[in-house]
Amino acid sequence: MYKVYFQTYEMDTINLSEKTNWEFIEQVQKESGENLSLCYQCGNCTAGCPYTNYFDYPVSMVMRLLQTGQKDTILNSKAIWLCATCETCTTRCPCEIDVAHVMDTLRIIARRENKVSEKDIKMFYDAFLDSVKRFGRIYEVGTLLTYNIRSGHFMADADLGPKVLTKGKIRFFPTKIKGSDKVAQIFERFRTKAKKHG
Amino acid sequence: MRVGVFICHCGNNIAGTVDVARVAAEMRKLPGVVYATNYMYTCSEPGQEEIKQAIKKENLDRIVVAACSPRMHENTFRKTIEKAGLNRYFLEMANIREHISWIGEDKELNTAKAIDAVKMAVAKVMKNKPLYSSSFKVNKRVMVIGGGVAGMQAALDCADGGLDVVLVEKSPSIGGMMARLDKTFPTIDCSICILGPKMVDVAQHEKIKLHAYSEIDEIKGYVGNYQVKVRKKATYVDWTKCTGCGACMEKCPTRNAYDNFNFGVAPTRAINIPFPQAIPKKAKIDPAFCRQFTKGKCGVCAKICPTGAINYEMQDEIVTEDVGAIIVATGYGLFDLDKFPEYGAGRYPDVITGIQYERILNASGPTSGHILRPSDQTEPKTIVFVSCAGSRDKSLGVPYCSNFCCMYIAKQAILTKDHVPDSQSYVFYMDIRSPGKGYDEFTRRAQEDYGVKYIRGRVSRIYPKGKKMVVRGADTLLGTQVEVEADLVVLATAVVSAPGAAGMAEKLHISYDTFGFYVESHPKLRPVETNTSGVFLAGACQGPKDIPASVGQGSAAASKVQALFSKDMLESDPAIAQVNTNACVGCLKCVRTCPFQAIKEEELRNGKKVAKVIETVCAGCGVCTSTCPCGAIQLQHFTDNQLLAEVNAICQG
Amino acid sequence: MAEKEYAYFSGCSLEGTAKEYDTSFRLVMKTLGVTLTEPEDWSCCGSTPAHTVDHVFAAALAARNLAIVEKMNIGTLTTPCPSCLMAFKKAHLGMTEDEAFKDQVNELLDEPYEGGVISKSSLQIIYEDVGLEKIAEKVTHALPDLKVAAYYGCIMNRPPDVAQFDDPENPVAMDRVISALGVEVRDYAFKTECCGAAFGVPKRAMVNELTYKVLSMAVDAGANCIAVACPLCQQNLDLRQEQVNRAMGASFNIPVLYFTQIMGLAYGYSPKELDMDKLVVSAGPLIKTRIPIAEYRAMKEAEAAAAKKTPKAREAKEAAKTEES
Repeated sequence: MYKVYFQTYEMDTINLSEKTNWEFIEQVQKESGENLSLCYQCGNCTAGCPYTNYFDYPVSMVMRLLQTGQKDTILNSKAIWLCATCETCTTRCPCEIDVAHVMDTLRIIARRENKVSEKDIKMFYDAFLDSVKRFGRIYEVGTLLTYNIRSGHFMADADLGPKVLTKGKIRFFPTKIKGSDKVAQIFERFRTKAKKHG
Repeated sequence: MRVGVFICHCGNNIAGTVDVARVAAEMRKLPGVVYATNYMYTCSEPGQEEIKQAIKKENLDRIVVAACSPRMHENTFRKTIEKAGLNRYFLEMANIREHISWIGEDKELNTAKAIDAVKMAVAKVMKNKPLYSSSFKVNKRVMVIGGGVAGMQAALDCADGGLDVVLVEKSPSIGGMMARLDKTFPTIDCSICILGPKMVDVAQHEKIKLHAYSEIDEIKGYVGNYQVKVRKKATYVDWTKCTGCGACMEKCPTRNAYDNFNFGVAPTRAINIPFPQAIPKKAKIDPAFCRQFTKGKCGVCAKICPTGAINYEMQDEIVTEDVGAIIVATGYGLFDLDKFPEYGAGRYPDVITGIQYERILNASGPTSGHILRPSDQTEPKTIVFVSCAGSRDKSLGVPYCSNFCCMYIAKQAILTKDHVPDSQSYVFYMDIRSPGKGYDEFTRRAQEDYGVKYIRGRVSRIYPKGKKMVVRGADTLLGTQVEVEADLVVLATAVVSAPGAAGMAEKLHISYDTFGFYVESHPKLRPVETNTSGVFLAGACQGPKDIPASVGQGSAAASKVQALFSKDMLESDPAIAQVNTNACVGCLKCVRTCPFQAIKEEELRNGKKVAKVIETVCAGCGVCTSTCPCGAIQLQHFTDNQLLAEVNAICQG
Repeated sequence: MAEKEYAYFSGCSLEGTAKEYDTSFRLVMKTLGVTLTEPEDWSCCGSTPAHTVDHVFAAALAARNLAIVEKMNIGTLTTPCPSCLMAFKKAHLGMTEDEAFKDQVNELLDEPYEGGVISKSSLQIIYEDVGLEKIAEKVTHALPDLKVAAYYGCIMNRPPDVAQFDDPENPVAMDRVISALGVEVRDYAFKTECCGAAFGVPKRAMVNELTYKVLSMAVDAGANCIAVACPLCQQNLDLRQEQVNRAMGASFNIPVLYFTQIMGLAYGYSPKELDMDKLVVSAGPLIKTRIPIAEYRAMKEAEAAAAKKTPKAREAKEAAKTEES
């Protein structure tokens, strides 16, 4: 059950004079609204994180990599995508840092820079958002199918199919809300705006 | 009137951002100013000499020094001009350092502001009147509030120096926190064995009068002459008769009273003597649990007591003690377990605090020194210590370090291994803070010789699993989450100010910080003085402190009192309120607003009722002057005319 | 007492895999005299996926619904789904605390949101607005065989500054609601440990492991069923229970009910009405012993009377016991 990060963990000497990305530190502070210098590396976030076994860098290490401006390592990490925003870290941080929000911000930046290490998770999120864009709401079967086709995991959760079918838990047709075009417009406006701002 | 103005450079402190020469030049233009100069360090001996020379040469009669805060050097310059033959109140200081040069960077603006500030001082000094202090007698008796190790040390040092001491202790016995400890770091000597002799000394000292189980109700007066009302709380036991035999405690049918001394590790009886070495070793009844009080019948202790000391009708008694100085040594408090919901908030019996563990380790504690965990009285084999339980935790409002937890955890881990050789202790820590003499070696010993596993990381969660407590934390050095299945978990809970610390500070008219710790006069140079003359601090009431530091402060405070009491007479500050009886209409609003009860009603010979200031009590705060509807009460050295002159100086300039 | 009214945002899950949550919540609200009005043409809150795209975009998807509710003049929105709740609360907080952020969000919307809607979870309105007294008053049936572990999931109460409800580490609202129904509740430590959330699809192994821990702690505490308030938790604990058994070599067979279904059972609705058949692990055997409350009380009284009749025998028995020990 034990994970892989001790292998990925090995780092070369980091020349801090050359390899500290100060702009990145500033960017994350600005976009998240959190002061990264407040973190004194107590490790409480890692201690409480339910997902840490799956992370390549435990969350306190992500915070440390942030403090030292290690942009590429962070944006290429699996950890930022495996975080489920359960808010345990934020709740227990003695320095009152909204750690989950910092992780959220890192996902956004990684997505923007096309550096997504966990393709499956991103594909699942995209399938979800596609459904929202098309129908205004989530159509569970459609989301799953879209994900399965795109990810190549054709049989993901296929074992659950018979269960949900017999229980009448599944709608075979999506409900499209009247204002689905209004929801699609939110997507459109956001895209235009994002393009404009570069 | 001939005013001399002296502008100080304070090295670069002032001259760096203020054009001092220009300020001096501007002052020379003012009417009344006959001399103005600037100097590198006005407070230095040559600087003072220059002032004295100028007074003689230029025949100056008023002096303005523009330099640092008057809190720093007002006294210096007052003495300087006094030596040159002027009344000391003919000095005025303009604070162009803290108020100007240190806070602004623009030299142009700073210079303009400095010119204004010095102008104001010049305007005021020209209105100054000569004032003369009177002297009053000192009551050479000292009160020590708090009978912990700091208070006891202060009391003993004062008493040994020949002073009469009144020691007031809130709980039934002196000894404080130290009396509860098992051993002390880094020497592992028995705490009560080294404290006990001091406690006995206090009890036997002819010069020390002890009020145990007593609280401070009210403090009146001023340095040299305080009147303190002490409330001797009802113990329901006549201590003049009680021999401390303990028969009552043995027979008391109430077995579930909360044991304050043992921090609730085990229950005690409703009538109890806190611990075998208690001083005074007397019984007291806890009416919240005693059946005679809760149910109205019982009377077992009254029947059993061989000396007939029990008195259920006893009332609190108020005694007034007159003293000349007060040493405050009220100690500290500790965070409760309920502050930690992620650690069970006190719901898990096998998650305890460090001080509770001290009582479990202690031979006179509820387990007679055998390490047994509270839930099932079995011997724990795996013990986890969690440091910084609340300390350095902004989210809990304690951003500071609690000072001595790192050390006592190391000590408790070592003792645990001594008691239970096949046990394994773990310490979760963020940083090991051990800067005292022999301290770091001690924490190393815990690891090197006693095999205590130190894990660098915080604990996020503690929860029960079967008979074990799962402690889930991080090992940040490994970079991973770790879990320990423990039999017992000890939290080093944060040190906070003593309960009621703020209220006590109000009674004493001393300042306290946002956490309730008392503020010393100067963080480096006046560590045991307060801003209230005659009130001194010792021990952890000023901030978390270990035993040697507390004892050191106890002695320091005692020596300050000795110095104060070395004079028979003290000089009063003449900058106090004065009533113009012609203008006073006798409304006596000032009497009601005075925070020091320094104003009383007086009948003049013509029968007119007016306010009268008691000179020695007035602290010169000025509340009365702003209350008075007819301007009849004036604070000397800060009269309306003097202040208005300052206002005019900048508004008309 | 004036009837309470809320804008009811059921959320996408309650239209599909969590239909029984919707059904049971509506029935319970009817019993408790609370009116639910569904906002017209509501859309998805954006949930976690939107938060990986952009803060403003995510807030916009949520705020579209808040704007609709704002027009309804009801003031308070209630949603059974903690994920929707968190999306609404975060959007609302962001927009009311930061004017610039609000403007950016409203730029993406047709109708602007002005910050006038309070969002509460369905558990919160039941616990705080309806209250335990009223909850107990409406009970018609006893459920003597149920031993419930209440599972709150990760974001019902966290982070405390946003959720502003109950305790973030040891929440008690659901426990108290179920206790008020006269149903036995078991205390345990994993009320808020995350179940794996939406990672069931892309990271199944991870979810199986986390779910396993929650199920184990509940069973160890002596619970024979779990009450939940979150569609995703229900899915992970119930629908994936067999996956967990296979992956972890376990043999759980513990029903996972929505707390509103338990309420519905205590209020006399039939299992069919409450969509109990939609649970993958059947709660059938546990609720078979349901009896009307009057009968149950009579039974308990008779038992107590019988016990009283033989006090001496009992005393003797106890004395024997103490001697033994």
